[in-house]
Amino acid sequence: MATSTSQPASTKRTPFLVELYRSALGKKYVMAITGIVGLGYVFAHMVGNLKLYQSPEDFNRYAEFLRELLYPIAPQSAVLNILRLVLILALVGHVVAAYQLTIMNRRARPESYRGKRDYVVADFAARTMRWTGVIVLLFLVYHLADLTWGWANPAAAGATPYEKVIASFSVPAVAAFYLVANLALGVHLYHGFWSLFQSMGWTNRRFNAWRRSLAIAFTVVVVGGNLSFPIAVQVGLIS
Amino acid sequence: MNLTLRVWRQAGPDAPGRFETYRATDVSPDSSFLEMLDAVNEELIGDNEEPIEFMHDCREGICGTCGMMINGQAHGPRAETATCQLHMRSFSDGDEIVLEPWRAAGFPIVKDLVVDRAAFDRIIEAGGYITVDTGSAPDANLIPIEKDAADLAMDAAACIGCGACVAACPNGAAQLFTSAKMQQLNLLPQGQPERYQRAESMVEVMEEHFGSCTNMGECEAACPKGISIDFIAMMNKDYRKAKFKNRRTA
Repeated sequence: MATSTSQPASTKRTPFLVELYRSALGKKYVMAITGIVGLGYVFAHMVGNLKLYQSPEDFNRYAEFLRELLYPIAPQSAVLNILRLVLILALVGHVVAAYQLTIMNRRARPESYRGKRDYVVADFAARTMRWTGVIVLLFLVYHLADLTWGWANPAAAGATPYEKVIASFSVPAVAAFYLVANLALGVHLYHGFWSLFQSMGWTNRRFNAWRRSLAIAFTVVVVGGNLSFPIAVQVGLIS
Repeated sequence: MNLTLRVWRQAGPDAPGRFETYRATDVSPDSSFLEMLDAVNEELIGDNEEPIEFMHDCREGICGTCGMMINGQAHGPRAETATCQLHMRSFSDGDEIVLEPWRAAGFPIVKDLVVDRAAFDRIIEAGGYITVDTGSAPDANLIPIEKDAADLAMDAAACIGCGACVAACPNGAAQLFTSAKMQQLNLLPQGQPERYQRAESMVEVMEEHFGSCTNMGECEAACPKGISIDFIAMMNKDYRKAKFKNRRTA
């Protein structure tokens, strides 16, 4: 006996990226991918700033070079601005997805345990991602006001990038804020770098044991470098 | 040994709950945790009080029915041990033990320490099965299966669906359960025809009831069967691939 199956009226689907993002798993992919962009950025940022130890001229030339990336193929500052746009989009994506996931998770556990929870493996870093993230975000606003826009910077107008850094880090309160914010960044990276492998679905039993070590190494290098700058200024190693 | 129990008592799904304190006296260190609760209930019944409702069935760690938060840990302090397999020798004389039901939006409390885990059934219905020809039984070993894949699938299949992963997860997420129930099929040839449809459907039903994963690993630590969070990563990958394939039409 012949049978027929009814065809759906429309087989058109929403674009897969939109559909993926609708799910929490998709939002975790956004967290991971924008996180990778951020990891690349903080690493490059730290390496670039090591030029503080070379000489003021090298540091200022590096700052100028960033504006001349691919110049004259691309107009002055064009590549820098594209990179900035990518970073802004990644940051917005990271924060928005984190916010939406947090709302979802609050809804999934509307009543918390009345007794004391005894966590077995969830470490401090994993449980404080939201807070370290907020600290880094607030720091970022100050950091831009201090050294990119310059209106929060103690140096006189027309100061070179190097002079601005030294002027800022010479203030003990500012140096202390940089240290705290970078420690928060370190805690955030320690969990985030490891976590992204899970979210991206990158699992391979031969390499899984390395993920934690890799996260620790990356965090130590980036945060160690970053912490050294305000300390070096405060102890008078660079001036 | 003598113990003080602080037990969550709640008359019904919408009734307000509170901790009540009970004494468990002359407890044998060799008795199981549930036997200790049975003895406390015997006394309560003798005193004409409502016994403490808790979930249990096989009492040999394979059915996944039992489970409660014991001193802030799902299934209590012993690793890879369901509540029924926990023995009182894991505690010391004079201990205070706090008992609470699993807490998650997906697991509404029925009474006292009993929760409704029907949301897990919804996830299984969404794709935790394979399609096979019925009729006469096929020959054994007709389909060759790589040994490593069979072993891995078996590790996932150890899941007893007790809900400890959800209970332990700070986000009330069911990633470990869903990924185990998905990967036990997706890793095997028999699971291939519906692999990506399964990944999409199970994840989406899961997200209707539970939270999202922040990779803390509490589920793996709480799991009485020691199921690895590697399966969660595999599920994430299958879900992404399913979306890329974009095949589902309805």
